[in-house]
Amino acid sequence: MAAVSVTSKEQYNFDVVRQFSVMSLVWGVVGMLAGVYIAAELAWPLLNFDIPYITFGRLRPVHTSGVIFGFGGSALFATSYYVVQRTCQTRLISDALAKFTFWGWQAVIVLAAISYMLGHTQAREYAEMEWPIDILIEVVWLAYMAVFIGTIMRRKQPHIYVANWFYLAFILATALLHTFNNLAVPVSLFSMKSYSLFSGAQDAMVEWWYGHNAVGFFLTAAFLGMMYYFVPKQAGRPIYSYRLSIIHFWALSFLYMWVGTHHLHWTAIPDWTSTLAATFSIMLLLPSWGGMINGIMTLSGARDKLRTDPILRFMAVALSFYGMSTFEGPMMALKSVNALSHYTDWTIAHVHSGALGWVAMITFGSMYHMIPKLWDTKLYSQRLVYWHFWLATIGILLYIIAMWISGITQGLMWRTFDDFGNLKYSFAETVAAVRPFYIMRVIGGLFFFSGMLIMVYNIFRTIRQGAREAVELEAKFAAKLAKAGA
Amino acid sequence: MNFNFKHEWIETNVGLMMVITMIVISIGGLVEIVPLFLIKDTVEKVAGVRPYTPLESRGRDIYLREGCYLCHSQMIRPLVEEAVRYGHYSLAAESQYDHPFQWGSKRTGPDLARVGKKYSNEWQVQHLIAPRSMVPESVMPNYPWLLTTPLNTSDLVDRLKALRKVGVPYSLTEAEYQRNVKQFGAKTAEMLHIPDAEKNLVKQAQEGNYDGDRNNITEMDALVAYLQVLGTMVDFSKYDADHFAKFR
Repeated sequence: MAAVSVTSKEQYNFDVVRQFSVMSLVWGVVGMLAGVYIAAELAWPLLNFDIPYITFGRLRPVHTSGVIFGFGGSALFATSYYVVQRTCQTRLISDALAKFTFWGWQAVIVLAAISYMLGHTQAREYAEMEWPIDILIEVVWLAYMAVFIGTIMRRKQPHIYVANWFYLAFILATALLHTFNNLAVPVSLFSMKSYSLFSGAQDAMVEWWYGHNAVGFFLTAAFLGMMYYFVPKQAGRPIYSYRLSIIHFWALSFLYMWVGTHHLHWTAIPDWTSTLAATFSIMLLLPSWGGMINGIMTLSGARDKLRTDPILRFMAVALSFYGMSTFEGPMMALKSVNALSHYTDWTIAHVHSGALGWVAMITFGSMYHMIPKLWDTKLYSQRLVYWHFWLATIGILLYIIAMWISGITQGLMWRTFDDFGNLKYSFAETVAAVRPFYIMRVIGGLFFFSGMLIMVYNIFRTIRQGAREAVELEAKFAAKLAKAGA
Repeated sequence: MNFNFKHEWIETNVGLMMVITMIVISIGGLVEIVPLFLIKDTVEKVAGVRPYTPLESRGRDIYLREGCYLCHSQMIRPLVEEAVRYGHYSLAAESQYDHPFQWGSKRTGPDLARVGKKYSNEWQVQHLIAPRSMVPESVMPNYPWLLTTPLNTSDLVDRLKALRKVGVPYSLTEAEYQRNVKQFGAKTAEMLHIPDAEKNLVKQAQEGNYDGDRNNITEMDALVAYLQVLGTMVDFSKYDADHFAKFR
């Protein structure tokens, strides 16, 4: 890392930002590859190969943890460390702690992936890590909190920039959720196995309080933080409305925590919790769209750039998908819609329109903006960004359309009665009916994945180019010094 | 009121921002979750629901290990099409000893909340080894290793003790055993007695002959024993049709 520009070395800690950025891409490749593979397993079960470690049930958490915590998490560490230093105009308070969060977080993802394949799981969706890994997460997270908040406290500006509010809420909420959702008693000190403290209905409530707010704070609030810094930067415009950002920040933080129970409509929980969750889900549309509108209006001030700047396009599409999935979500939270959509692939479509359309696209846009700055160079190829953009967009569309059709097909076939009052379709018939769409999903996933590979190549060349330029610059510098000395 | 609030106060004070954020994000969970631990009716009182036997419990561990919950729900909703396809809707009481719950969120395969006794042991074994030999349309992976892997019972007692710590009424002492006799009857209470767990596990596996081989106790024995008890504990013929509606 000799090739660091003079200013950044003194003023900011960009080393840790660079490390997290690179690992975000690495985990993106791993997590998405796992996703494509398990999608293919559902289309062609032969691909399970009778090998325990790679069966669908064990690889699926590798996919979800890989993309959420590996790709998304690393991207959030990278951008939050970048944004907090830039907007507070100060260096991270501790290089050592920041370094610890990097290695700690990478260890979490590696250990999680290996342990899942070996069959160690808490069997709680999106919180499958067993107790030793959970403790490591807790420690890393507290270190992260200390670095982030400490840096804000050392800021050179009186005001805390809006992006940091979102990152802060995300860090606090994740600590809260992770702690309570993973309360468990280990079988013994040397056993990976543990049993959750809660059971049945209460356990379900805790898990989906966690599960939905992992979406709300990890995959939404934090990425809104990203949006609030990188969209204005790339567009070269200030945020459209400061008031709107205040209102939607507090409303979003407050409302999200009520809605997790909509994952449990029609289940064995008291009806009033379900009704509350549905009501708050509808209300949540407003702050969600507040954020979307604030982003879109900021972009629309730079409409001419949308035609020429592929990075802005990523951001525009991300915001559009954010708006769409935050409309779809409240709709699916209505009990009557949920009766049809729950347990089907419609949920999978919804998740991926959020995860691919919003989370991944805003990350790609931000990374394309940030990485050249980190290595003090220009992006290797704009053309490849275009390629990535189109492959990703087409991939998402194929994916969600396939899952929408499949989900609604399942929902309708499960509830169809014949003229004699018997169920018209056996379960097996519904599995056969959606098979073509499972294949279509694999194709969509492959599109998205190949876009990711193009990005990795583009970034790899960009980093190499940055390193080369730095060497050349140093040589020039040295030559000049030698001349002056002589 | 002469109180001129400015959002600037929060924006310039990270401590205040943290405190207010914590308050704002805590309310929803407090209102929705905490009452469920306090309201007694959240989990109905139903006769018949009991903790899993040692063998069933080990089977459940395998169910978790293989990630079955990612494709199979264990939660029948009170909708007519589900009543016809799967049976009576699931009660909270039926998963009161499930640490963690396994209600699931996706039905790539059918719901399993009441799969117990619907198929023979032989069918379950064959289906787990090679699902498509029984259901050609199935996309489920094969699980042939279940039949060849001996069931590990070395930490059985530790596992049951851990479950006891989180509130499942397995008994360690004579007093606890007597309490279980009162609550579940002598036969069940015996199965829940941790000092006899290993013996009871072997006995149930041999008598039940779940995997078709009495001499070897395999993971298949445990998993099939678990599947065969799912949803069978409550005798719904004893209750009026609308009896459970009032607990919702």
